Amino acid sequence: MDWGNIFGNAIGEIISPTTAAYALAAIGLGIHFGYTGLLNFGQAAFLLIGAYAFAIPTLAGAPLIVAVLSAIICSIIFAFILGIPTLRLRADYLAIVTIASAEVVRYIVTTTGLTDVTGAANGLSGFKGTFAAINPIPEGRYGFGPFVYNEYDWWIRIVGWTLVVLASVLVFLLMRSPWGRVVKGIREDEDAVRSLGKNVYSYKMQALVIGGVMGSIAGIIFILPRAVQPANYTTGLTFFIWTIMLLGGAATIFGPIVGAMIFWVVLSLTQGILYGAIEAGILPFIDTTQAGQIRFILVGVALMLLVIFRPQGIFGNKKELSFSV
Amino acid sequence: MIAGIRIGPGVRLTKMILAALSLCLGIVLGSGALSATASPAPTPTPTSDFTNTLTIGGVLRDGDNVVEGAEVTVEGASGFSEVATSDDTGRWSVIVPEKAEYTVTIDPETLPDGVELRDPDRDTATVSSSEWQTNSITRSFPLGADTRQTTGFFEQFLQRLAAGLNFGLLIALAAIGITLIFGTTGLNNFAHGEMVTFGAIIAWITAVLLGVNIFVAMLIALVLGGVFGYVQDWLLWKPLRRKGVKLVQAMIVSIGLAIALRYTYLFFIDGSTKTMNVGLSDAIVLGPVRITTGSIVSMVISIVALLAVGLFLTRTRVGKATRAVSDNPSLAAASGIDVDRIIRIVWVLAGALAALAGVMLGLYRQVSWDMGFQVLLLMFAAVTLGGLGSAYGALVGSIVVGLFVELSTLIIPADLKYAAALVVLIVVLLVRPQGILGRKERIG
Amino acid sequence: MSNLDKTSVGEPALTVTHPLVKGEVGPGCAKVDPIVIADSVTRQFGGLKAVDVAHLEIPRGQITALIGPNGAGKTTMFNLLTGFDKPNTGTWEFDGKSLAGVPAFKVARAGMVRTFQLTKSLGRLSVLQNMLLGATGQRGEGLFSSLIKPLWRQQEEENTIRADELLARFKLDAKREDYAASLSGGQRKLLEMARALMSQPELIMLDEPMAGVNPALTQSLLGHIKNLKADGTSVLFVEHDMHMVMHISDWVIVMAEGRVVAEGPPETVMKDPAVIDAYLGAHHDTDLGDLMEDGPNPVLEAERRAREAHPEAASEDDGYAKPEERA
Repeated sequence: MDWGNIFGNAIGEIISPTTAAYALAAIGLGIHFGYTGLLNFGQAAFLLIGAYAFAIPTLAGAPLIVAVLSAIICSIIFAFILGIPTLRLRADYLAIVTIASAEVVRYIVTTTGLTDVTGAANGLSGFKGTFAAINPIPEGRYGFGPFVYNEYDWWIRIVGWTLVVLASVLVFLLMRSPWGRVVKGIREDEDAVRSLGKNVYSYKMQALVIGGVMGSIAGIIFILPRAVQPANYTTGLTFFIWTIMLLGGAATIFGPIVGAMIFWVVLSLTQGILYGAIEAGILPFIDTTQAGQIRFILVGVALMLLVIFRPQGIFGNKKELSFSV
Repeated sequence: MIAGIRIGPGVRLTKMILAALSLCLGIVLGSGALSATASPAPTPTPTSDFTNTLTIGGVLRDGDNVVEGAEVTVEGASGFSEVATSDDTGRWSVIVPEKAEYTVTIDPETLPDGVELRDPDRDTATVSSSEWQTNSITRSFPLGADTRQTTGFFEQFLQRLAAGLNFGLLIALAAIGITLIFGTTGLNNFAHGEMVTFGAIIAWITAVLLGVNIFVAMLIALVLGGVFGYVQDWLLWKPLRRKGVKLVQAMIVSIGLAIALRYTYLFFIDGSTKTMNVGLSDAIVLGPVRITTGSIVSMVISIVALLAVGLFLTRTRVGKATRAVSDNPSLAAASGIDVDRIIRIVWVLAGALAALAGVMLGLYRQVSWDMGFQVLLLMFAAVTLGGLGSAYGALVGSIVVGLFVELSTLIIPADLKYAAALVVLIVVLLVRPQGILGRKERIG
Repeated sequence: MSNLDKTSVGEPALTVTHPLVKGEVGPGCAKVDPIVIADSVTRQFGGLKAVDVAHLEIPRGQITALIGPNGAGKTTMFNLLTGFDKPNTGTWEFDGKSLAGVPAFKVARAGMVRTFQLTKSLGRLSVLQNMLLGATGQRGEGLFSSLIKPLWRQQEEENTIRADELLARFKLDAKREDYAASLSGGQRKLLEMARALMSQPELIMLDEPMAGVNPALTQSLLGHIKNLKADGTSVLFVEHDMHMVMHISDWVIVMAEGRVVAEGPPETVMKDPAVIDAYLGAHHDTDLGDLMEDGPNPVLEAERRAREAHPEAASEDDGYAKPEERA
């Protein structure tokens, strides 16, 4: 077994753009669930919307800034469509409606009738030009140890992690302010907050929009190193983001970032070790595809154990962060 | 039911059941040996479910009819090219050398008369290298623009109506379990879809791999489904109730369970879809409606099972106690009802019904590792439409969803039919959050 | 008390007057200076008419008690007036502004702030944060202004000073930094009242402020309520503790079966035959004070059921566990 390679790949996941995208999506979900108490089970839809609303205008020839704005605006509109009917409803209804809406948008981009726009099941590719064009890094390979990448890969990582840091700063500023106090109050008991003269509905909507926009920007980072594939945006994606958020701690600043890093490092490690074991003939009865599936079984089991035995996550304070409902 | 088990070749069947049981119990933990015991089983489908071959395949269907003899070409890099012809189940598949990119093309000339590509420009599909999460990849070609022209709207309508009713009854069978669990414990069980898949896989193993009569297989799935529900409550949900786990927490636990179970199924039966070739695919023509014997069997069984559940809930002591617990658990407990026992019974019932629904869903469509999850949201939609927690509401909601899914294809593309049903759910919640049948206020 | 039969005492109370009242004292009488005026407010839960109030006025600057047997519709009336529940019919105004159909948060902003019978302290916020949430017109509660601390720092400091004063007054200052979840039931009640006062309401509506409060604290709580009146705040409270009602209220309104059956100053209203009838019903031998204890409440029960069938309302804190506790 090539341990060096296995660990090298795993360490590389720490700063990979995918990890950044998941971290950003989890930060957004943290605003929804961790701070405001909204049960959003449709975060994948925000990533999907970010991806398509960025890729489609770019492929139509729009400049980078227009494509990014399009992603942000579309996610705001989607947040309103999602929030208007559901934010007055009980929490579990919000869960079912958000998960259903996420599936609806996925069905829509996958339908063959929209092949010319969305590429249907095949998705979209060839939208990296505008982003690569503003890359200030000269061509070449840079880095040390396991972190050696070409100029495009470094550019995605720098932009992606800068956005993650900016989002974390934003969450920090929001949550130390009276605004954060109101949304945390809503998480605890929205009637009490209402009785104190706060427009609960409006605050929930604001939280939904901010977290959704973060999800949509995460969607852009997510597709920059790859193609847009509608099959990536199933509810499975939402649940992985949930796992990451709960892993780090739902209402913490660094929780989602560390959660995303641990999630991807562990996935990479288990994959490397299982593949190595299969090649070395230690696990004769499974093949590499099945090894990939074992990882997801472990994700499911880990999610269960986490929620049962450490609901506050790694960083969370036991008193503050157990579930309120 | 004991008689049913005796019919099979005794020892091996017991082994099989034990295997299936440990499949549901011991979720993972290196029990890979199971696949080794399962693989020697005689399998009529040549897709070899437990090997490492990579395949691209699919099933060609025109509505409910399979399309035989159509040619599909798979081409890849480095000059790989192979042609597959669909067999009498409409199935085609090509074994490919590596997890790479391929182009799949159907030859419209080889389609039978009266069958065409729904969109003549969509005769190719691509497979990207990132898609190889499993050993097999499915590509489908929507067929049937031609039938739409030849059959009148009214015939189409009746055909869809029958299919929708059938599908609605299947959803109802599974959804009643969701609604009973919600009613008695307050849990939104996201792992319910996996209980459906469980039944389908058990039936596929017994009926197709072991060649047991489909009705016996159904009984086995029903019993094992009930056992599955019992075990879940015993090992997971009851301890969680004791521990004082909150509702949202429990809901996320059920999501984790769903993921773990789903990938466990994938681990054992791989990603290909399996057809239940059990001799129930003959078509019967009833006036303008063409319906398979499988559909009729499924409808009859669904109705009988639903009636039985209805009688159980309204006529038996345990059933009445169940409704009492749903209505007001503390009052029920105070009046001497053993709430934990009732919840246990509800889990058994829910597991059995979901498994039965899974078997029939396998007959109606196909068996695949994520089939339950695909219908989970439709079940939630049905339950929510009917008003959460009401068994009768779940039935009505399910029929509405089933009919809507099938009838919507008369107007919108078939690949959006689930989306349409979910949109209806959202719209209904907007207008009547209490569901179609839920009264705005209720007093006891 | 059994000698206070309605036939013997009912007649003499013919033309009673009172300085707070315009004209004659009686159920639904007009006040000289009302702060709340409600007309034909009804609320039905299924077949049960929980509230059916033809006319009601609450005097300004006074302490008014709303009493009545269990299930009389007092809490429902509270919910209706404050926008937490929607009536089937009816209009009401507060300070001359119509509040019918106005959402709860706007009712609170208008100066009519309530507390809840089951306390709603925000468990995972500190006691101080709970208090600060009560302050109105906070610049830092706007999404964009919240990001720039200089915009709200000074206001926050002023609010903190006020919150500390109130906490000291309610003897919660030692708990300032603790999570509200760690407080006792009585302390939560106090915190909720103090929090409501942070918004400097014109009318504060207290739903059973004494229930669960340590007897050692009740005396100071009574003092707080009297101080409120001295500061010019009107108080409306629901209470079962008759000593408290007799001790501090200026005016008493009695509800039974959804209707206002009597009102008057505390010393005379308890002698009103309609009140005795409402409380005693069949048990004429029982002491009136004993009947004011808690018991099964048909209206709350009906309301709970209605809420279950009616998912708009946010769910209560019901654990998945122990279904017997979910009710």
